[in-house]
Amino acid sequence: MLDCKQASQLISQSLDRSLTLRERLSLKLHLLICEFCKRFSQHMQTIRVALKQMTSSIESNDSIEMPSAAKSRILQSIESIKD
Amino acid sequence: MTSPNMHDWLNQHGDYLYRFALARLRDPHLAEDVVQETFLAAIKSPSFAEQSAPRTWLTGILKHKIIDVMRKNVREIAASDLMTDEDANMDEFFDEKGHWAEPPLAWNMPEDALEQKQFLGVLQNCMEKLPAKAAQLFLMRDVHETDNDEICKELNISTTNAWVMLYRARMGLRKCLEINWLGA
Repeated sequence: MLDCKQASQLISQSLDRSLTLRERLSLKLHLLICEFCKRFSQHMQTIRVALKQMTSSIESNDSIEMPSAAKSRILQSIESIKD
Repeated sequence: MTSPNMHDWLNQHGDYLYRFALARLRDPHLAEDVVQETFLAAIKSPSFAEQSAPRTWLTGILKHKIIDVMRKNVREIAASDLMTDEDANMDEFFDEKGHWAEPPLAWNMPEDALEQKQFLGVLQNCMEKLPAKAAQLFLMRDVHETDNDEICKELNISTTNAWVMLYRARMGLRKCLEINWLGA
């Protein structure tokens, strides 16, 4: 029987790798009886989705521009290796 | 090779590439650096003049540069503060029987746009509070999704260590959110 510490580790790892059948079953069993770990699992999903939202909101934010100093630095470095 | 062309590319795609890098690296200086490296690699490329879809092509180069930076940062984790003891520092979260020391609370998810924005703001702050390198690994795993498998293959630190790091980062982040968002 998993304890909450082990269950939380498996929940985290399920985001990084495929759990074995045995791990999946024992986690499922634990989640059936443990409200706290079920919450933990939901929180992990929430964080994951929110981080993705953060990425796409930066990527699509037209008001973020590369600082002009960086642009001129890049132009300079392009010029310096020209030909 | 004509630099006016590259000039135009920088004007047309520079900001986009910068945002793409910033969204993944979350560090303005690193983002500038990888964009610069991308343009330098582009101008040196033999196929530079033949590109009909420069933005796609440049983004492809940029992705590799971003992964290089992340890989380097992760190597530094492996070399410095990656602890090998799986249970180290987790005592604050669980008692000796493996039960939650402070059980996770039920979160009311933000419903309107304003609340959602606040939630993301708190998340951002919590990310910044993570140890820099742990945050890096976390970003790599959870944000840079498309290249996850690729990155994991390339990581020569043991995958077990990576899982332990990610677990700690997630535990810390969750706790931070619970305190600062729900507590607010």
